Amino acid sequence: MSVKQISIFVENKEGRIKKAIDTLSKENINIRALSIADTTKYGILRLIVSDNEKAIKALEKDGFIVKENDVILLEVPDKPNGLNSTLAIFDEKGINLEYLYAFVSSKSDAAIVVMRLENMEKAITTLNENNVKILETKDIKDL
Amino acid sequence: MFWNKEIECMDNKEKEKIQLERLQKTVKLAYENVEFYKNRFDEIGLKPEDIKTLKDIEKIPFTTKSDLREAYPLGLLAVPREEIVEVHASSGTTGKPTVTAYTQNDLEIWGECIARGLKMAGAKKEYIIQNAYGYGLFTGGFGIHHGGNKMGAITIPISAGNTKRQLDTMIDFQSDILTCTPSYAMYLGESREKAGISLDDINLKAGIHGAEMWTNEMRKRIETSLGIKTHNIYGLTEVMGPGVAQECSQQDGMHIQDDHFYPEIIDSETGETLDYGEKGELVLTSLTKTGMPILRFRTKDLTSLNNEKCECGRTTVRMTRITGRSDDMLKIKGVMVFPSQIEKALLKIKGISPNYMIHVTRPDILDEVEVKVEATKELFSDEMKEMERVEKQIKASIRSETGLRVDVTICEPESLPRSEGKAVRVIDERNFE
Repeated sequence: MSVKQISIFVENKEGRIKKAIDTLSKENINIRALSIADTTKYGILRLIVSDNEKAIKALEKDGFIVKENDVILLEVPDKPNGLNSTLAIFDEKGINLEYLYAFVSSKSDAAIVVMRLENMEKAITTLNENNVKILETKDIKDL
Repeated sequence: MFWNKEIECMDNKEKEKIQLERLQKTVKLAYENVEFYKNRFDEIGLKPEDIKTLKDIEKIPFTTKSDLREAYPLGLLAVPREEIVEVHASSGTTGKPTVTAYTQNDLEIWGECIARGLKMAGAKKEYIIQNAYGYGLFTGGFGIHHGGNKMGAITIPISAGNTKRQLDTMIDFQSDILTCTPSYAMYLGESREKAGISLDDINLKAGIHGAEMWTNEMRKRIETSLGIKTHNIYGLTEVMGPGVAQECSQQDGMHIQDDHFYPEIIDSETGETLDYGEKGELVLTSLTKTGMPILRFRTKDLTSLNNEKCECGRTTVRMTRITGRSDDMLKIKGVMVFPSQIEKALLKIKGISPNYMIHVTRPDILDEVEVKVEATKELFSDEMKEMERVEKQIKASIRSETGLRVDVTICEPESLPRSEGKAVRVIDERNFE
């Protein structure tokens, strides 16, 4: 029900993000969505890519630390209040967001939101109860 | 297993008798043949005959590293040059190197000390010793080599470095004993895991590690990652090299080969001799070496002595693990800190990499400490909250160990320098001038 995201530890040092992206492009891996959480010393690069297994293997070979974990992908209408109505569902149940980032696809009118929540299981149940469609890996294959 | 049971398990009274005889002989040799010692004795009106008991050793002035530097390179020989067959030298990182010269018999003594240590580590004649200490002026490589030859084991002089070859050798030769610095042992263990080599593929049983300080936490990691029992070894170029002392399988202090080296503990401030069990600076006097005898050398290494008989049966005096050096102690914000304390604090945290760096600066008037550690898969999280929690945990652990508030930086793996010899862990950029 969820999609696997990969995250990479990058030191806040010249050329490190480029190096990570280089590694992925050499393996012909497509990056579908990306976000960076940063401090002055390091950043966490979070990515949704076309082939996790291949990406992790290549990154680790190049000395990066990589983790794979579950995130929820949702389509939200690309218009005012689009995201707000989704967040309201979590708010009501007291489910806290860890982080969120969004991207738009050329093949859909909706915006796609990537979310990591404190309680993923509860979040998924809540979304199902509210009939919100959660995207699966196959849904983003063709984006 | 003993190499020289008679000596190693000798009754204390009998040993003291031998020690005194040998001390008197060494003092006489030094006084009569080395100008430096003669001058030192004459200055205070001391004669070799005044050394009537072991306690009288306290009358002899200390020898320091700077005394040895001034005598560079061969100013302290007690025998004619033609009797010297080998020299070694310290790295000279803190100034001019200090040199030690050996006669053929000195090398036999060195070999004897190492052979005793190899036996403590369970070595047999058919064992293969993978000697990954550096060969060269450094005493590590050759010291172990002389000992391996003495006991008749098979010594592979692979020297330090070339990690892939080290691992291949472990597999191909099925080496039984690994000898190298603890930081390199840890690196080899790490590399074994990374290369996907199973512990079943190698045959290591024991490791003999020294030449730098290491903690119990580090020991556990080495033992697990290489599947061995480790033995702490102690020695220093100025006195001979490795083999002055080593742990037996009890891992309960290092047995000083005290029929060859007489140990004392002093208060490094006052120079006063301290009792067994008291912590202070180790002072060593050679009892049998003739090429370059050394009297009351201040090692700067902080330890304490234990003269109780060990469970293993040996009666030799034991020294505890070196907890610091009187000169690598850092004084930060007025607090005394040893790098080993920070290492200990770090290694208490699960998933932390054993590579770290301590960076001390004084940007304005206050000291600042940054501790750099490498990120590992276990430490890393996609959530910032979790990363901050890890940082806080590291800070708290260092604080409880040292009382210091430090800044912690998590770096990328392999970004901190690895060492094949002695690890450099501290960069002190404070300017005190």
